[in-house]
Amino acid sequence: MIRVEEKLFQNRYRVDAGRPHINIADPSVCAVQCQQKPCTFCCPAACYTQEGDGRVTLITDGCLECGTCRIICSEHRNVQWEYPRGGYGILFKFG
Amino acid sequence: MTEKFDAIVVGAGPAGNAAAYTMAKAGLKVLQIERGEYPGSKNVQGAILYADALEKIIPDFRDDAPLERHLIEQRVWVLDDESYVGTTYRSNDFNKPPYNRYTIIRAQFDKWYSKKVQEAGALVICETTVTDLHMDGDRVVGVKTDRTGGSIYADVVILADGVNSLLARKAGFHEELKPKDVALAVKEIHFLPEQTIESRFNVADNAGVVIEMAGKITKGMIGTGFLYTNKESLTIGVGCLLSEFKKQGVAPYALLEQMKAHPAIKPLIEGGEMKEYTAHLIPEGGYHAMPPLCGEGWMIAGDAGMFVNSVHREGSNLAMTTGQLAAETVIELKNENKPFTAKHLARYREKLDASFVMKDLKKYKRLPAIFEKSHQFFTTYPELVNRAAHTMIAVDGVDKKSKERAIRRSFLSARSWKGLMGDAFKLWRAFE
Repeated sequence: MIRVEEKLFQNRYRVDAGRPHINIADPSVCAVQCQQKPCTFCCPAACYTQEGDGRVTLITDGCLECGTCRIICSEHRNVQWEYPRGGYGILFKFG
Repeated sequence: MTEKFDAIVVGAGPAGNAAAYTMAKAGLKVLQIERGEYPGSKNVQGAILYADALEKIIPDFRDDAPLERHLIEQRVWVLDDESYVGTTYRSNDFNKPPYNRYTIIRAQFDKWYSKKVQEAGALVICETTVTDLHMDGDRVVGVKTDRTGGSIYADVVILADGVNSLLARKAGFHEELKPKDVALAVKEIHFLPEQTIESRFNVADNAGVVIEMAGKITKGMIGTGFLYTNKESLTIGVGCLLSEFKKQGVAPYALLEQMKAHPAIKPLIEGGEMKEYTAHLIPEGGYHAMPPLCGEGWMIAGDAGMFVNSVHREGSNLAMTTGQLAAETVIELKNENKPFTAKHLARYREKLDASFVMKDLKKYKRLPAIFEKSHQFFTTYPELVNRAAHTMIAVDGVDKKSKERAIRRSFLSARSWKGLMGDAFKLWRAFE
């Protein structure tokens, strides 16, 4: 089991507390309509978690701002994706 | 800020910087807007800088640009689980200045590039996200940001906002990207002493090595891996089409961990201190997946326009060249006193068509569709080639003719005559 948290720990972030730049539009779509839930295994920062009851929860603090979750949700278009406010989010030291 | 600019450039990556620099140098009033804390803080690349594209914009860039190592050796590896078959091209011609290409660290390089843009006279604003294009009917007249209350206006807006290209999408210029048209790459940077890198890779005096990899490291998915030498660090990464990750259900960081554990790769990165983990999308849909590139008052440059040659691992050079051509289009129209209408901005498209950018993208236009239906190139063949090499190289008392027969049988049972001929034809069509 690879812990992506240990990788993300090396990164620098300026978290915009209380203002996530990505939101799940309708949580019931994830829970009921989406079988595969690709966001839960494709996100390179593992921001999406599948809960025991089928719900998908999203915590954007470790987000690398790549865009994967938005594009991968091609059947349901259930990811509202914006860039963080200027200056917030991931701050790459090397890139 | 109610003043009007000749041009607004969104984004401070290679495309945006090339565009802003070229226009500012020509005396235009340019505003460049970047969402990162500083230019480079949101940008990710392998990263290899091809000198040619930058040289055409800043001829003396070598004097002060932060460059890591100039590359004298390129290795291409086709990997099985425990082995690889590879080719190496190394030439001392690449070890003579002016060097042809370098490894770079983008956060440092982009900061340097932006300084050049500012010295050329452009106004660069950071920590500001452009949220929307300001439209007047179907014409782009400026941008809206998360900072100022109102809009900022310009005669023309160059969208160099990266692969996600949110602004053009929100404005309805093109549709959402398809999972098959973008690759997701994850990468780590590992720090090692300069001398360790030089002895491990058999180089000295800031020379460096590139290893491009394909085969079983991507678990049958369409994708590649890479390992680049920087001055005091190595970058190692792997990328596959998003559609493949989605189908296979493999986590990208798990794929990277498995690749790092490969017996041919592990000793090269041994003992390194990992200091950053990054992820980035690469627009690899090719010619057929390109969005419209210009319209009423706008042009798209760089990753936002799908300007990536996935076969040759080129992107930042296409970004710079497209940024430069967009800027030259603006300069010419300005000098001719022509409005920035779709009709006149079509000149950008003509410039692109005449350059290596479109010629290369057209050359490989069939490749994405062919590979999409040909996973054997990433699974069966790497396996067959590695086993064939093992069969021929192992000395075990079996005569060579029998070995050749065994290899032939292994290819035929895996792919059949028809399959082999078909695959050869597909490769020829893809790279023709």
